[in-house]
Amino acid sequence: MDPLLLLEQAFNGLQFGVMLFLIAAGLTLVFGIMDLVNLAHGALVMIGAYLATALVAWTDSFILGMILALPATFAVGALVEIVALRTLYRRDHLDQVLATFGLILFFNEIVRIIWGPVSLYSGLPDYLSGHVEIIPGAPYPVFRLLIIAVGLAVAAIIYFIVAHTRLGMLIRAGASNNEMVGALGVNIKSLFTFVFALGAVFAGLAGMMLGPLTSVEPGMGEPLLILAFVVIIIGGIGSIRGAFIAAIIVGLADTMGRVLLPVLLRAVVSDAAADTAGPALASMLIYILMAAILVVRPRGLFPARTG
Amino acid sequence: MFKQILTRTIGLVSGVAMAAMAATSVTAETVKVGFITTLSGPAGIIGKPMKNAFELGLEHIGGRLGGMDTEIIYGDDKRKPDVAKQLVNKMIKRDRVQFVSGIIWSNLLMAVHGPVTRSKTFLISSNAGPSGVAGKKCSKDFFNVAFQNDMMPEGMGKYMTAKKISNVYLMAPNYQAGKDMLKGFKRMFKGKITGEVYTKLGQKDYQAEISALRAAKPSAVFVFLPGGMGINFIKQYAQAGLSSQIPLYSAYTVDAISLPALKDAAVGTFGVQHWSPDLGNSVNRRFVSDYRKKYGKTPPFYAAQAYDTVMFLDNAIRKAGGVGDREKLRTAMRVGDFSTTRGTFKFNNNHFPVQNIYLREAVKEADGSYVTKTRGVILSAHGDAYAKSCGMKW
Repeated sequence: MDPLLLLEQAFNGLQFGVMLFLIAAGLTLVFGIMDLVNLAHGALVMIGAYLATALVAWTDSFILGMILALPATFAVGALVEIVALRTLYRRDHLDQVLATFGLILFFNEIVRIIWGPVSLYSGLPDYLSGHVEIIPGAPYPVFRLLIIAVGLAVAAIIYFIVAHTRLGMLIRAGASNNEMVGALGVNIKSLFTFVFALGAVFAGLAGMMLGPLTSVEPGMGEPLLILAFVVIIIGGIGSIRGAFIAAIIVGLADTMGRVLLPVLLRAVVSDAAADTAGPALASMLIYILMAAILVVRPRGLFPARTG
Repeated sequence: MFKQILTRTIGLVSGVAMAAMAATSVTAETVKVGFITTLSGPAGIIGKPMKNAFELGLEHIGGRLGGMDTEIIYGDDKRKPDVAKQLVNKMIKRDRVQFVSGIIWSNLLMAVHGPVTRSKTFLISSNAGPSGVAGKKCSKDFFNVAFQNDMMPEGMGKYMTAKKISNVYLMAPNYQAGKDMLKGFKRMFKGKITGEVYTKLGQKDYQAEISALRAAKPSAVFVFLPGGMGINFIKQYAQAGLSSQIPLYSAYTVDAISLPALKDAAVGTFGVQHWSPDLGNSVNRRFVSDYRKKYGKTPPFYAAQAYDTVMFLDNAIRKAGGVGDREKLRTAMRVGDFSTTRGTFKFNNNHFPVQNIYLREAVKEADGSYVTKTRGVILSAHGDAYAKSCGMKW
């Protein structure tokens, strides 16, 4: 296969990977620090996408709408934490799964009531809908490059916060032993609210950037949530660094698998069999990868919790 | 879920009358049709216009199929075969429908085909036309008033061969209809095929496939990506700067459903269809203008098929003088002389249509709207390739 095509596919994989990282970052923090299994994290992706679509239409400016959607998603996240999730920290995981599953239904129904059941297709402004030739002969969409840039920038910001600030120290301490952090006099309640809302913003950001590429519809976050769980399991629960590396691995593996597996299979078996088995195998690839990694490192690549 | 199973009664004077009728054995005199389609989720954009057109058709005939009391039971299959199967079971056993119709997806139709035809209920497809039930496994209780899957891509294969286009790259979702479509294309296409790719059903991001496609350097692309899949693919195809480089041909992809979302990204692309909103027959003109008036949108071909389903049932029931005698009803249905939006219509021996396949181009109208225009007949009175292996003779 052409090396330039492989490079382009690596870009595609990277773009998918940073998107997954944005979703997984919040999920792994919430799971790692608050010990909360939040199935409704995908709904926050959807909320971000809907808020951005609505605000872009309202302000008539793509950039302004996107920027306004960030604090709006933060507010929704904080509200959800204060109203619904706060009472769940002491309960076991099954209760949390049930309650957050209820939240999925609630959010899907609410967007259906406000925006209708039909998918919304939003476009991009002209200055973002073009393409640049970063690889000779293969013009690449500007917006996808922007997604990669934003994703990497957010990763850098999160890394800075977690590794070099007081807040980050508390987050890391919370991931290791949150009771001790509380006992040391830290206001753990507002820390939890802040961390949850921050995770919501990252998830919402992923949804916002996904909207113009594909479509905005009820339940759009759920398929991504499953992938985000795979990412945090591979990366090690509670670890931002692990989530980042795992997200890139999953993004690359999924993209490469989708395009390479059918081609490789065609070399081994008949074309018809390869056409059937290729896509099927490609969609299983990341789960096989997860299983393989768990065999070698049962607690993920970078386990954060030690206690 | 049960909330979405809408029950609507048409043509009855009052609820009391209905109860009285249900209590006596006159129920057999009521025409009952189960209309199962996809109303929720991303594919709801297809099911909704089908339901709309079905209701418009009923309105045009005064709410009485064949002049009889009529009850339509609507169901939402959510594009899931198991849900469709449950709905069919309920409609046959509890509601005792005589007809099941409305199914959009080939894999769902395959799932309900057995249960419906075995229970002495007529299955009328108003969209799905999988090859699996067109050949050896054709059934005397299954009628398709839409198309057989292979027909449209066959037309495109013939057209592209005539245009001397070679090195074509093919793409379709990895399910029954996707396989049928590309097989149909290859049956009539004589040029070289550069690539053949099957994607996940319901896939939303096609960037990886688009990169691979460009690297294969085809001189044209042919896709079958119905509903939201086509919208996403063509949008991303344009974003990658390919629409001006590699011409795009499609089947069931650029239509009145996707055009309002695609807009300029689809203008100038060619498609194939057995129907177009600008077909000049009187039935079609009335259907299109009334649909636009009632729902404010141009109907997609799915809607035309649902409308035709009403006309088909109405005509057959009227000729058979009711729904009691299934043999008589079947004979009446086989004639297929109902007033159709397609102008002419005939059934093949396997109960699939014999019809014209048109070339359509997506254009922008002077008023800013986007529509498909008929650019000629590619295949006239075209029957499907599987009819000859169907043992049914009549």
